[in-house]
Amino acid sequence: MTRAGRTVHGILLVLALLFGAAPAAAERLVISASQPDVRITSNFTGAELVLFGVAEGTSSGPYDVAITVRGPQETAVTWRKSHILGIWLNTDSRTFLDTPSYLVVATNRPATAIASAEILRREQIGLARNILIQRVGPDFADVVPDDSFRAAFLRIKASEGLYEEQPEGVRFLSDTAFRATFALPGRARPGRYEVSAKLFRDGAMQAQAHTTFTIQKAGFEASLAEFAERDGLLYGLAVACGALLVGFAANLLFRRD
Amino acid sequence: MTIYLPIAELPVAIFALFAMGIAVGFVSGMFGVGGGFLMTPLLIFIGVPPAVAVASVSTHMAASSFSGALSYLRKGMVDLSLSAVLLAGGLVGTGAGVATFTLLRAIGQVDLVIGVSYVTLLSTLGVLMLSESIRAMARIRTGQAATVRRPGTRARFLRLPFKIRFRRSRIFVSVLPVVGLGFVVGFIGALLGVGGGFILVPALIYLLRVPTQTAIGTALVLTLVTMSVATVLQATVNGTVDAVLALILMVGGTMGAQFGARAGQGMKAEHLRLLLGLLVLSVGLRVGYDLTRTPDDIYAVTVQEQRGLQRPAEQRR
Repeated sequence: MTRAGRTVHGILLVLALLFGAAPAAAERLVISASQPDVRITSNFTGAELVLFGVAEGTSSGPYDVAITVRGPQETAVTWRKSHILGIWLNTDSRTFLDTPSYLVVATNRPATAIASAEILRREQIGLARNILIQRVGPDFADVVPDDSFRAAFLRIKASEGLYEEQPEGVRFLSDTAFRATFALPGRARPGRYEVSAKLFRDGAMQAQAHTTFTIQKAGFEASLAEFAERDGLLYGLAVACGALLVGFAANLLFRRD
Repeated sequence: MTIYLPIAELPVAIFALFAMGIAVGFVSGMFGVGGGFLMTPLLIFIGVPPAVAVASVSTHMAASSFSGALSYLRKGMVDLSLSAVLLAGGLVGTGAGVATFTLLRAIGQVDLVIGVSYVTLLSTLGVLMLSESIRAMARIRTGQAATVRRPGTRARFLRLPFKIRFRRSRIFVSVLPVVGLGFVVGFIGALLGVGGGFILVPALIYLLRVPTQTAIGTALVLTLVTMSVATVLQATVNGTVDAVLALILMVGGTMGAQFGARAGQGMKAEHLRLLLGLLVLSVGLRVGYDLTRTPDDIYAVTVQEQRGLQRPAEQRR
Protein backbone atom coordinates (compact mmCIF):
# COMPACT_ATOMS: atom_id res chain seq x y z
CA MET A 1 0.00 0.00 0.00
CA THR A 2 1.30 3.46 -0.93
CA ARG A 3 1.74 6.29 1.50
CA ALA A 4 -1.21 8.19 -0.05
CA GLY A 5 -3.28 5.03 0.05
CA ARG A 6 -2.58 4.65 3.76
CA THR A 7 -3.63 8.25 4.42
CA VAL A 8 -6.89 7.84 2.55
CA HIS A 9 -7.50 4.63 4.42
CA GLY A 10 -6.91 6.43 7.70
CA ILE A 11 -9.31 9.26 6.85
CA LEU A 12 -11.97 6.76 5.86
CA LEU A 13 -11.52 4.98 9.16
CA VAL A 14 -11.93 8.23 11.12
CA LEU A 15 -15.02 9.11 9.11
CA ALA A 16 -16.44 5.68 9.65
CA LEU A 17 -15.86 6.01 13.38
CA LEU A 18 -17.45 9.45 13.49
CA PHE A 19 -20.57 8.56 11.59
CA GLY A 20 -20.90 4.92 12.39
CA ALA A 21 -20.30 5.03 16.11
CA ALA A 22 -21.57 8.52 16.82
CA PRO A 23 -25.15 7.52 17.76
CA ALA A 24 -23.83 4.91 20.18
CA ALA A 25 -21.33 7.28 21.68
CA ALA A 26 -24.12 9.76 22.30
CA GLU A 27 -25.62 7.40 24.87
CA ARG A 28 -24.06 7.11 28.25
CA LEU A 29 -24.90 4.82 31.09
CA VAL A 30 -24.12 5.56 34.72
CA ILE A 31 -24.75 3.08 37.52
CA SER A 32 -24.16 3.12 41.24
CA ALA A 33 -24.53 0.50 43.98
CA SER A 34 -26.26 1.40 47.23
CA GLN A 35 -23.53 -0.28 49.27
CA PRO A 36 -20.05 -0.53 47.81
CA ASP A 37 -18.97 -2.61 50.78
CA VAL A 38 -21.24 -5.25 52.34
CA ARG A 39 -19.91 -6.25 55.74
CA ILE A 40 -20.36 -9.66 57.31
CA THR A 41 -20.72 -9.47 61.06
CA SER A 42 -21.77 -12.34 63.31
CA ASN A 43 -25.49 -11.70 62.76
CA PHE A 44 -25.20 -11.52 58.96
CA THR A 45 -27.98 -13.41 57.24
CA GLY A 46 -27.72 -11.86 53.83
CA ALA A 47 -28.14 -8.40 52.41
CA GLU A 48 -30.05 -6.51 49.81
CA LEU A 49 -28.18 -4.46 47.29
CA VAL A 50 -29.92 -1.72 45.33
CA LEU A 51 -28.48 -0.54 42.06
CA PHE A 52 -29.41 2.81 40.52
CA GLY A 53 -28.70 3.82 36.97
CA VAL A 54 -29.29 6.64 34.54
CA ALA A 55 -29.12 6.53 30.76
CA GLU A 56 -27.99 9.81 29.32
CA GLY A 57 -28.37 10.51 25.66
CA THR A 58 -29.83 12.49 22.87
CA SER A 59 -32.88 10.33 22.52
CA SER A 60 -35.19 9.49 25.34
CA GLY A 61 -35.66 5.83 24.64
CA PRO A 62 -37.54 3.66 25.10
CA TYR A 63 -34.54 1.91 26.58
CA ASP A 64 -33.95 -1.64 27.72
CA VAL A 65 -31.48 -2.48 30.46
CA ALA A 66 -29.82 -5.76 31.39
CA ILE A 67 -27.80 -5.96 34.58
CA THR A 68 -25.57 -8.93 35.45
CA VAL A 69 -23.99 -9.39 38.88
CA ARG A 70 -21.19 -11.96 39.08
CA GLY A 71 -19.69 -13.13 42.38
CA PRO A 72 -16.12 -14.35 43.03
CA GLN A 73 -15.13 -17.29 40.86
CA GLU A 74 -14.99 -20.85 42.09
CA THR A 75 -14.61 -24.29 40.57
CA ALA A 76 -17.57 -26.60 41.04
CA VAL A 77 -18.11 -30.25 40.18
CA THR A 78 -21.53 -31.47 39.11
CA TRP A 79 -22.03 -35.18 39.78
CA ARG A 80 -24.56 -37.54 38.33
CA LYS A 81 -25.59 -40.74 40.09
CA SER A 82 -26.61 -43.94 38.39
CA HIS A 83 -28.20 -47.10 39.66
CA ILE A 84 -25.64 -49.91 39.67
CA LEU A 85 -26.25 -53.27 41.37
CA GLY A 86 -28.98 -51.75 43.52
CA ILE A 87 -26.84 -48.87 44.74
CA TRP A 88 -26.92 -45.23 43.65
CA LEU A 89 -23.40 -44.08 42.89
CA ASN A 90 -21.74 -40.92 41.59
CA THR A 91 -20.67 -42.25 38.23
CA ASP A 92 -20.25 -39.21 36.03
CA SER A 93 -19.12 -35.66 36.61
CA ARG A 94 -18.37 -32.38 34.90
CA THR A 95 -16.07 -29.77 36.32
CA PHE A 96 -17.15 -26.18 35.83
CA LEU A 97 -14.03 -24.08 35.92
CA ASP A 98 -13.91 -20.56 37.35
CA THR A 99 -17.65 -20.06 37.30
CA PRO A 100 -19.22 -17.17 39.19
CA SER A 101 -20.25 -18.26 42.70
CA TYR A 102 -23.14 -15.79 42.39
CA LEU A 103 -24.88 -14.92 39.13
CA VAL A 104 -28.01 -12.82 38.90
CA VAL A 105 -29.31 -11.31 35.71
CA ALA A 106 -31.98 -8.60 35.88
CA THR A 107 -33.72 -7.10 32.86
CA ASN A 108 -36.67 -4.70 32.53
CA ARG A 109 -38.52 -7.21 30.37
CA PRO A 110 -37.72 -10.77 29.30
CA ALA A 111 -34.33 -10.79 27.60
CA THR A 112 -35.60 -12.40 24.41
CA ALA A 113 -37.81 -9.35 23.83
CA ILE A 114 -34.87 -6.96 24.18
CA ALA A 115 -32.53 -8.06 21.44
CA SER A 116 -31.89 -10.83 18.96
CA ALA A 117 -30.60 -14.17 20.16
CA GLU A 118 -27.23 -13.52 18.58
CA ILE A 119 -26.70 -10.21 20.39
CA LEU A 120 -27.89 -11.69 23.68
CA ARG A 121 -25.45 -14.53 23.29
CA ARG A 122 -22.59 -12.19 22.44
CA GLU A 123 -23.32 -9.98 25.43
CA GLN A 124 -23.94 -13.03 27.68
CA ILE A 125 -27.33 -11.84 28.87
CA GLY A 126 -29.30 -14.43 30.83
CA LEU A 127 -28.27 -17.59 32.68
CA ALA A 128 -28.68 -19.74 29.60
CA ARG A 129 -26.30 -17.53 27.64
CA ASN A 130 -23.68 -16.96 30.33
CA ILE A 131 -20.51 -18.80 29.38
CA LEU A 132 -19.72 -21.61 31.81
CA ILE A 133 -16.50 -23.36 30.94
CA GLN A 134 -16.58 -27.12 31.45
CA ARG A 135 -13.68 -29.46 31.45
CA VAL A 136 -14.61 -32.46 29.35
CA GLY A 137 -11.69 -34.83 29.46
CA PRO A 138 -8.67 -32.90 28.24
CA ASP A 139 -10.79 -30.20 26.55
CA PHE A 140 -12.22 -26.97 27.89
CA ALA A 141 -15.45 -25.81 26.39
CA ASP A 142 -18.83 -24.37 27.02
CA VAL A 143 -21.49 -26.78 25.83
CA VAL A 144 -24.94 -26.40 24.39
CA PRO A 145 -27.33 -24.65 26.79
CA ASP A 146 -29.54 -27.72 27.18
CA ASP A 147 -26.66 -29.97 28.26
CA SER A 148 -28.00 -31.97 31.21
CA PHE A 149 -25.03 -31.24 33.50
CA ARG A 150 -25.22 -27.53 32.75
CA ALA A 151 -28.96 -27.48 33.37
CA ALA A 152 -28.56 -29.38 36.63
CA PHE A 153 -25.80 -27.00 37.74
CA LEU A 154 -27.98 -23.94 37.07
CA ARG A 155 -30.97 -25.55 38.78
CA ILE A 156 -29.05 -26.45 41.94
CA LYS A 157 -27.35 -23.05 42.17
CA ALA A 158 -30.76 -21.40 41.72
CA SER A 159 -32.25 -23.49 44.52
CA GLU A 160 -29.47 -22.18 46.80
CA GLY A 161 -30.44 -18.61 45.90
CA LEU A 162 -27.09 -17.99 44.24
CA TYR A 163 -28.19 -17.97 40.60
CA GLU A 164 -31.26 -16.08 39.52
CA GLU A 165 -32.90 -14.56 36.51
CA GLN A 166 -35.17 -11.57 37.13
CA PRO A 167 -37.00 -10.96 33.86
CA GLU A 168 -38.67 -7.87 35.32
CA GLY A 169 -36.05 -6.96 37.90
CA VAL A 170 -35.10 -3.61 36.43
CA ARG A 171 -37.71 -0.93 37.13
CA PHE A 172 -37.67 2.31 35.19
CA LEU A 173 -38.33 5.26 37.51
CA SER A 174 -38.53 7.67 34.57
CA ASP A 175 -37.73 7.34 30.90
CA THR A 176 -34.03 7.22 31.66
CA ALA A 177 -33.55 6.40 35.35
CA PHE A 178 -33.86 2.83 36.61
CA ARG A 179 -33.38 0.75 39.70
CA ALA A 180 -32.79 -2.94 40.42
CA THR A 181 -32.63 -4.91 43.67
CA PHE A 182 -30.38 -7.89 44.26
CA ALA A 183 -30.71 -10.30 47.17
CA LEU A 184 -27.37 -11.52 48.50
CA PRO A 185 -28.06 -14.70 50.48
CA GLY A 186 -26.20 -15.46 53.71
CA ARG A 187 -24.06 -18.07 51.99
CA ALA A 188 -22.91 -15.66 49.28
CA ARG A 189 -19.15 -15.99 49.13
CA PRO A 190 -17.08 -13.06 50.44
CA GLY A 191 -15.07 -11.30 47.76
CA ARG A 192 -15.38 -8.92 44.85
CA TYR A 193 -18.64 -8.77 42.90
CA GLU A 194 -18.70 -7.40 39.37
CA VAL A 195 -21.77 -5.54 38.15
CA SER A 196 -22.21 -5.03 34.44
CA ALA A 197 -25.11 -3.04 32.99
CA LYS A 198 -25.94 -2.88 29.32
CA LEU A 199 -28.23 -0.36 27.66
CA PHE A 200 -30.26 -1.36 24.61
CA ARG A 201 -32.50 0.53 22.25
CA ASP A 202 -34.35 -1.04 19.36
CA GLY A 203 -32.50 -4.31 19.85
CA ALA A 204 -29.02 -2.79 19.64
CA MET A 205 -26.60 -2.25 22.48
CA GLN A 206 -25.99 1.45 22.99
CA ALA A 207 -23.74 1.70 26.02
CA GLN A 208 -22.49 -0.23 29.00
CA ALA A 209 -21.24 0.50 32.48
CA HIS A 210 -19.40 -1.45 35.15
CA THR A 211 -19.06 -1.17 38.86
CA THR A 212 -17.99 -3.46 41.68
CA PHE A 213 -18.86 -4.05 45.28
CA THR A 214 -17.31 -6.33 47.87
CA ILE A 215 -18.66 -8.62 50.53
CA GLN A 216 -16.21 -8.97 53.36
CA LYS A 217 -16.05 -10.23 56.88
CA ALA A 218 -15.81 -7.54 59.54
CA GLY A 219 -14.94 -7.34 63.21
CA PHE A 220 -14.58 -10.62 65.10
CA GLU A 221 -15.45 -12.74 62.07
CA ALA A 222 -12.69 -11.07 60.07
CA SER A 223 -9.99 -11.36 62.73
CA LEU A 224 -10.77 -15.01 63.37
CA ALA A 225 -10.70 -15.94 59.69
CA GLU A 226 -7.51 -13.98 59.23
CA PHE A 227 -5.84 -15.72 62.18
CA ALA A 228 -6.83 -19.13 60.79
CA GLU A 229 -5.44 -18.19 57.39
CA ARG A 230 -2.21 -16.56 58.58
CA ASP A 231 -1.03 -19.09 61.15
CA GLY A 232 -2.88 -22.37 60.88
CA LEU A 233 -0.71 -24.21 63.41
CA LEU A 234 -1.09 -21.60 66.14
CA TYR A 235 -4.79 -21.32 65.37
CA GLY A 236 -5.19 -25.11 65.55
CA LEU A 237 -3.32 -25.28 68.87
CA ALA A 238 -5.41 -22.43 70.26
CA VAL A 239 -8.65 -24.09 69.17
CA ALA A 240 -7.55 -27.48 70.58
CA CYS A 241 -6.57 -25.87 73.93
CA GLY A 242 -9.89 -24.02 73.94
CA ALA A 243 -11.68 -27.30 73.36
CA LEU A 244 -9.90 -28.95 76.31
CA LEU A 245 -10.70 -25.93 78.46
CA VAL A 246 -14.40 -26.15 77.59
CA GLY A 247 -14.36 -29.88 78.34
CA PHE A 248 -12.65 -29.26 81.68
CA ALA A 249 -14.98 -26.41 82.62
CA ALA A 250 -18.05 -28.46 81.76
CA ASN A 251 -16.76 -31.34 83.85
CA LEU A 252 -16.15 -29.08 86.88
CA LEU A 253 -19.50 -27.40 86.41
CA PHE A 254 -21.43 -30.63 86.34
CA ARG A 255 -19.31 -32.46 88.90
CA ARG A 256 -21.49 -34.21 91.39
CA ASP A 257 -19.03 -35.80 93.77
CA MET B 1 -31.43 -16.30 65.79
CA THR B 2 -28.54 -17.00 63.48
CA ILE B 3 -24.80 -16.70 63.73
CA TYR B 4 -22.35 -16.39 60.85
CA LEU B 5 -19.65 -19.09 60.75
CA PRO B 6 -16.43 -17.37 59.64
CA ILE B 7 -14.66 -20.42 58.14
CA ALA B 8 -17.67 -22.30 56.81
CA GLU B 9 -18.89 -18.93 55.46
CA LEU B 10 -22.58 -19.27 56.06
CA PRO B 11 -25.14 -18.25 58.68
CA VAL B 12 -26.70 -21.02 60.78
CA ALA B 13 -29.47 -21.19 63.38
CA ILE B 14 -27.57 -21.10 66.66
CA PHE B 15 -30.14 -22.97 68.79
CA ALA B 16 -30.51 -25.77 66.28
CA LEU B 17 -26.73 -26.26 66.35
CA PHE B 18 -26.74 -26.15 70.14
CA ALA B 19 -29.49 -28.76 70.32
CA MET B 20 -27.57 -31.00 67.94
CA GLY B 21 -24.52 -30.63 70.19
CA ILE B 22 -26.51 -31.65 73.28
CA ALA B 23 -28.13 -34.64 71.59
CA VAL B 24 -24.93 -36.01 70.12
CA GLY B 25 -23.05 -35.21 73.34
CA PHE B 26 -25.56 -37.26 75.33
CA VAL B 27 -25.01 -40.28 73.11
CA SER B 28 -21.27 -39.74 73.23
CA GLY B 29 -21.12 -39.56 77.02
CA MET B 30 -23.43 -42.50 77.48
CA PHE B 31 -21.67 -44.96 75.23
CA GLY B 32 -18.15 -43.59 75.06
CA VAL B 33 -18.39 -43.14 71.32
CA GLY B 34 -17.11 -39.90 69.79
CA GLY B 35 -20.37 -39.20 68.04
CA GLY B 36 -18.67 -38.17 64.81
CA PHE B 37 -20.62 -40.75 62.84
CA LEU B 38 -23.79 -38.91 63.90
CA MET B 39 -22.64 -35.29 63.98
CA THR B 40 -20.78 -35.03 60.67
CA PRO B 41 -23.77 -36.11 58.53
CA LEU B 42 -26.05 -33.76 60.52
CA LEU B 43 -23.80 -30.77 59.82
CA ILE B 44 -23.50 -31.61 56.13
CA PHE B 45 -27.28 -31.88 56.09
CA ILE B 46 -27.70 -28.28 57.33
CA GLY B 47 -25.33 -27.04 54.62
CA VAL B 48 -21.86 -26.92 56.23
CA PRO B 49 -19.19 -27.87 53.66
CA PRO B 50 -18.11 -31.49 54.32
CA ALA B 51 -14.43 -30.62 54.89
CA VAL B 52 -15.34 -27.97 57.50
CA ALA B 53 -17.85 -30.35 59.12
CA VAL B 54 -15.31 -33.18 59.51
CA ALA B 55 -12.61 -30.85 60.88
CA SER B 56 -14.83 -28.96 63.31
CA VAL B 57 -16.43 -32.15 64.58
CA SER B 58 -12.94 -33.36 65.57
CA THR B 59 -12.62 -30.25 67.75
CA HIS B 60 -16.05 -30.82 69.23
CA MET B 61 -15.16 -34.44 69.97
CA ALA B 62 -11.91 -33.41 71.66
CA ALA B 63 -13.85 -31.26 74.12
CA SER B 64 -16.67 -33.73 74.57
CA SER B 65 -14.40 -36.72 75.15
CA PHE B 66 -12.18 -34.77 77.56
CA SER B 67 -15.16 -33.89 79.67
CA GLY B 68 -16.36 -37.50 79.63
CA ALA B 69 -12.89 -38.93 80.20
CA LEU B 70 -12.43 -36.81 83.34
CA SER B 71 -15.55 -38.35 84.87
CA TYR B 72 -14.31 -41.85 84.14
CA LEU B 73 -10.75 -41.03 85.30
CA ARG B 74 -12.05 -39.85 88.66
CA LYS B 75 -13.91 -43.12 89.09
CA GLY B 76 -10.83 -45.10 88.11
CA MET B 77 -12.50 -46.47 85.01
CA VAL B 78 -9.75 -45.61 82.54
CA ASP B 79 -6.91 -47.94 81.65
CA LEU B 80 -4.18 -45.49 80.67
CA SER B 81 -1.61 -48.13 79.72
CA LEU B 82 -4.19 -49.83 77.50
CA SER B 83 -4.95 -46.47 75.81
CA ALA B 84 -1.22 -45.89 75.25
CA VAL B 85 -0.75 -49.27 73.53
CA LEU B 86 -3.90 -48.75 71.44
CA LEU B 87 -2.71 -45.28 70.48
CA ALA B 88 0.62 -46.65 69.19
CA GLY B 89 -1.25 -48.85 66.73
CA GLY B 90 -3.85 -46.15 66.10
CA LEU B 91 -1.40 -43.55 64.84
CA VAL B 92 0.11 -45.99 62.31
CA GLY B 93 -3.40 -47.01 61.26
CA THR B 94 -4.39 -43.39 60.73
CA GLY B 95 -1.46 -42.89 58.37
CA ALA B 96 -2.38 -46.03 56.42
CA GLY B 97 -6.03 -44.94 56.31
CA VAL B 98 -5.17 -41.52 54.87
CA ALA B 99 -2.97 -43.16 52.22
CA THR B 100 -5.75 -45.60 51.27
CA PHE B 101 -8.21 -42.71 51.08
CA THR B 102 -5.93 -40.91 48.63
CA LEU B 103 -5.63 -44.08 46.55
CA LEU B 104 -9.41 -44.59 46.47
CA ARG B 105 -9.90 -40.99 45.36
CA ALA B 106 -7.43 -41.59 42.57
CA ILE B 107 -9.53 -44.44 41.20
CA GLY B 108 -12.74 -42.49 41.93
CA GLN B 109 -14.49 -45.00 44.17
CA VAL B 110 -14.28 -43.32 47.54
CA ASP B 111 -18.06 -42.80 47.91
CA LEU B 112 -18.80 -46.43 47.16
CA VAL B 113 -16.19 -47.77 49.58
CA ILE B 114 -17.26 -45.44 52.38
CA GLY B 115 -20.95 -46.19 51.91
CA VAL B 116 -20.54 -49.94 51.71
CA SER B 117 -18.06 -50.00 54.62
CA TYR B 118 -20.48 -48.05 56.79
CA VAL B 119 -23.35 -50.41 56.03
CA THR B 120 -21.35 -53.60 56.47
CA LEU B 121 -19.47 -52.48 59.55
CA LEU B 122 -22.34 -50.83 61.41
CA SER B 123 -24.91 -53.48 60.59
CA THR B 124 -22.61 -56.34 61.59
CA LEU B 125 -21.57 -54.62 64.81
CA GLY B 126 -25.12 -53.64 65.61
CA VAL B 127 -26.50 -57.15 65.11
CA LEU B 128 -23.68 -58.72 67.14
CA MET B 129 -24.18 -56.33 70.03
CA LEU B 130 -27.95 -56.67 69.98
CA SER B 131 -27.96 -60.46 70.01
CA GLU B 132 -25.28 -60.62 72.69
CA SER B 133 -27.04 -58.20 75.02
CA ILE B 134 -30.41 -59.87 74.51
CA ARG B 135 -28.82 -63.23 75.41
CA ALA B 136 -27.25 -61.65 78.50
CA MET B 137 -30.59 -60.18 79.56
CA ALA B 138 -32.35 -63.48 78.99
CA ARG B 139 -29.77 -65.24 81.16
CA ILE B 140 -30.30 -62.77 83.97
CA ARG B 141 -34.06 -63.11 83.73
CA THR B 142 -33.92 -66.89 83.98
CA GLY B 143 -31.79 -66.53 87.07
CA GLN B 144 -28.58 -67.93 85.63
CA ALA B 145 -25.35 -66.43 86.85
CA ALA B 146 -23.91 -63.69 84.72
CA THR B 147 -21.06 -64.69 82.44
CA VAL B 148 -18.13 -65.86 84.48
CA ARG B 149 -14.90 -65.10 82.72
CA ARG B 150 -12.94 -68.29 82.35
CA PRO B 151 -9.34 -67.87 81.23
CA GLY B 152 -9.53 -71.15 79.36
CA THR B 153 -12.10 -69.85 76.94
CA ARG B 154 -9.88 -67.02 75.80
CA ALA B 155 -9.26 -66.77 72.10
CA ARG B 156 -5.95 -68.03 70.82
CA PHE B 157 -4.81 -64.58 69.59
CA LEU B 158 -4.77 -63.27 73.13
CA ARG B 159 -2.12 -65.84 74.04
CA LEU B 160 0.46 -64.60 71.53
CA PRO B 161 3.87 -63.52 72.88
CA PHE B 162 4.67 -60.14 74.50
CA LYS B 163 2.00 -60.43 77.14
CA ILE B 164 1.21 -57.40 79.26
CA ARG B 165 -0.97 -57.14 82.32
CA PHE B 166 -3.44 -54.27 82.04
CA ARG B 167 -4.39 -53.89 85.68
CA ARG B 168 -7.36 -51.59 85.39
CA SER B 169 -8.96 -53.72 82.70
CA ARG B 170 -8.16 -56.88 84.64
CA ILE B 171 -6.76 -58.57 81.54
CA PHE B 172 -3.42 -60.23 80.81
CA VAL B 173 -3.03 -60.40 77.06
CA SER B 174 -0.49 -60.23 74.30
CA VAL B 175 0.32 -56.70 73.16
CA LEU B 176 0.02 -57.73 69.48
CA PRO B 177 -3.78 -57.91 69.18
CA VAL B 178 -4.10 -54.65 71.15
CA VAL B 179 -1.78 -52.79 68.77
CA GLY B 180 -3.62 -54.49 65.88
CA LEU B 181 -6.96 -53.29 67.22
CA GLY B 182 -5.57 -49.76 67.54
CA PHE B 183 -4.35 -50.00 63.94
CA VAL B 184 -7.75 -51.13 62.64
CA VAL B 185 -9.59 -48.40 64.56
CA GLY B 186 -7.14 -45.73 63.34
CA PHE B 187 -7.37 -47.05 59.77
CA ILE B 188 -11.17 -47.14 59.66
CA GLY B 189 -11.38 -43.81 61.48
CA ALA B 190 -9.21 -42.02 58.93
CA LEU B 191 -10.89 -43.75 55.99
CA LEU B 192 -14.47 -43.11 57.10
CA GLY B 193 -13.84 -39.76 58.82
CA VAL B 194 -15.03 -40.90 62.22
CA GLY B 195 -13.40 -41.13 65.65
CA GLY B 196 -13.68 -44.90 65.76
CA GLY B 197 -15.14 -45.12 69.26
CA PHE B 198 -18.14 -47.05 68.01
CA ILE B 199 -15.78 -49.76 66.77
CA LEU B 200 -13.34 -49.59 69.67
CA VAL B 201 -15.84 -49.94 72.51
CA PRO B 202 -17.42 -53.20 71.27
CA ALA B 203 -14.00 -54.55 70.25
CA LEU B 204 -12.62 -53.90 73.73
CA ILE B 205 -15.66 -55.51 75.33
CA TYR B 206 -16.03 -58.57 73.13
CA LEU B 207 -12.52 -59.28 71.88
CA LEU B 208 -10.33 -58.21 74.79
CA ARG B 209 -12.98 -58.79 77.50
CA VAL B 210 -12.43 -55.40 79.09
CA PRO B 211 -15.26 -54.52 81.54
CA THR B 212 -17.86 -52.32 79.80
CA GLN B 213 -17.30 -49.19 81.92
CA THR B 214 -13.50 -49.38 81.61
CA ALA B 215 -13.84 -49.94 77.87
CA ILE B 216 -15.88 -46.74 77.54
CA GLY B 217 -13.47 -44.71 79.69
CA THR B 218 -10.45 -45.99 77.77
CA ALA B 219 -12.10 -45.30 74.42
CA LEU B 220 -12.83 -41.74 75.56
CA VAL B 221 -9.13 -41.14 76.34
CA LEU B 222 -8.13 -42.50 72.92
CA THR B 223 -10.73 -40.30 71.19
CA LEU B 224 -9.47 -37.29 73.16
CA VAL B 225 -5.89 -37.74 71.94
CA THR B 226 -6.67 -38.55 68.30
CA MET B 227 -9.22 -35.75 67.96
CA SER B 228 -6.90 -33.14 69.50
CA VAL B 229 -4.19 -34.18 67.04
CA ALA B 230 -6.75 -34.13 64.20
CA THR B 231 -7.82 -30.56 65.11
CA VAL B 232 -4.28 -29.23 64.92
CA LEU B 233 -3.56 -31.15 61.68
CA GLN B 234 -6.77 -30.04 59.97
CA ALA B 235 -6.18 -26.41 60.94
CA THR B 236 -2.58 -26.53 59.69
CA VAL B 237 -3.03 -28.52 56.49
CA ASN B 238 -6.55 -27.73 55.30
CA GLY B 239 -7.58 -24.61 57.24
CA THR B 240 -11.04 -26.06 57.72
CA VAL B 241 -11.52 -25.80 61.50
CA ASP B 242 -14.33 -23.37 62.26
CA ALA B 243 -13.79 -22.17 65.84
CA VAL B 244 -17.28 -20.64 66.14
CA LEU B 245 -18.98 -23.79 64.89
CA ALA B 246 -16.81 -25.97 67.14
CA LEU B 247 -17.50 -23.75 70.17
CA ILE B 248 -21.29 -23.97 69.80
CA LEU B 249 -21.11 -27.72 69.27
CA MET B 250 -18.76 -28.30 72.19
CA VAL B 251 -20.73 -26.21 74.69
CA GLY B 252 -23.85 -28.19 73.80
CA GLY B 253 -21.85 -31.40 73.47
CA THR B 254 -20.08 -31.25 76.82
CA MET B 255 -23.33 -30.52 78.60
CA GLY B 256 -25.01 -33.39 76.83
CA ALA B 257 -22.04 -35.66 77.57
CA GLN B 258 -22.34 -35.02 81.31
CA PHE B 259 -25.95 -36.10 81.35
CA GLY B 260 -25.13 -38.97 79.03
CA ALA B 261 -22.26 -40.20 81.20
CA ARG B 262 -24.47 -40.05 84.30
CA ALA B 263 -27.27 -41.89 82.54
CA GLY B 264 -24.78 -44.47 81.32
CA GLN B 265 -23.25 -45.10 84.74
CA GLY B 266 -26.66 -45.58 86.27
CA MET B 267 -27.61 -48.23 83.75
CA LYS B 268 -27.05 -51.94 83.62
CA ALA B 269 -24.19 -52.83 81.32
CA GLU B 270 -26.26 -55.14 79.15
CA HIS B 271 -28.93 -52.47 78.67
CA LEU B 272 -26.22 -50.01 77.65
CA ARG B 273 -24.90 -52.50 75.11
CA LEU B 274 -28.41 -53.14 73.81
CA LEU B 275 -28.98 -49.42 73.24
CA LEU B 276 -25.60 -48.90 71.58
CA GLY B 277 -26.29 -51.93 69.38
CA LEU B 278 -29.65 -50.46 68.35
CA LEU B 279 -28.08 -47.07 67.60
CA VAL B 280 -25.23 -48.52 65.56
CA LEU B 281 -27.59 -50.80 63.65
CA SER B 282 -30.04 -48.00 62.85
CA VAL B 283 -27.29 -45.72 61.53
CA GLY B 284 -26.02 -48.61 59.40
CA LEU B 285 -29.50 -49.30 58.01
CA ARG B 286 -30.02 -45.59 57.37
CA VAL B 287 -26.83 -45.38 55.31
CA GLY B 288 -27.87 -48.52 53.46
CA TYR B 289 -31.27 -47.00 52.74
CA ASP B 290 -29.65 -43.82 51.39
CA LEU B 291 -27.42 -45.89 49.11
CA THR B 292 -30.26 -47.91 47.60
CA ARG B 293 -33.26 -45.57 47.48
CA THR B 294 -33.88 -43.47 44.41
CA PRO B 295 -32.38 -40.05 45.13
CA ASP B 296 -34.55 -36.92 44.90
CA ASP B 297 -32.04 -35.44 42.51
CA ILE B 298 -29.53 -37.58 40.70
CA TYR B 299 -27.33 -34.51 40.27
CA ALA B 300 -25.30 -32.85 43.00
CA VAL B 301 -22.92 -29.91 42.97
CA THR B 302 -19.81 -29.80 45.13
CA VAL B 303 -17.73 -26.66 45.31
CA GLN B 304 -14.03 -27.26 45.56
CA GLU B 305 -12.53 -25.95 48.75
CA GLN B 306 -10.99 -22.53 48.52
CA ARG B 307 -7.46 -23.55 49.28
CA GLY B 308 -7.77 -26.25 46.65
CA LEU B 309 -8.70 -23.67 44.03
CA GLN B 310 -5.08 -23.18 43.10
CA ARG B 311 -4.76 -26.82 42.15
CA PRO B 312 -6.82 -28.48 39.44
CA ALA B 313 -9.18 -31.14 40.69
CA GLU B 314 -7.57 -34.01 38.80
CA GLN B 315 -4.31 -33.67 40.67
CA ARG B 316 -6.03 -33.99 43.99
CA ARG B 317 -8.35 -36.84 43.30
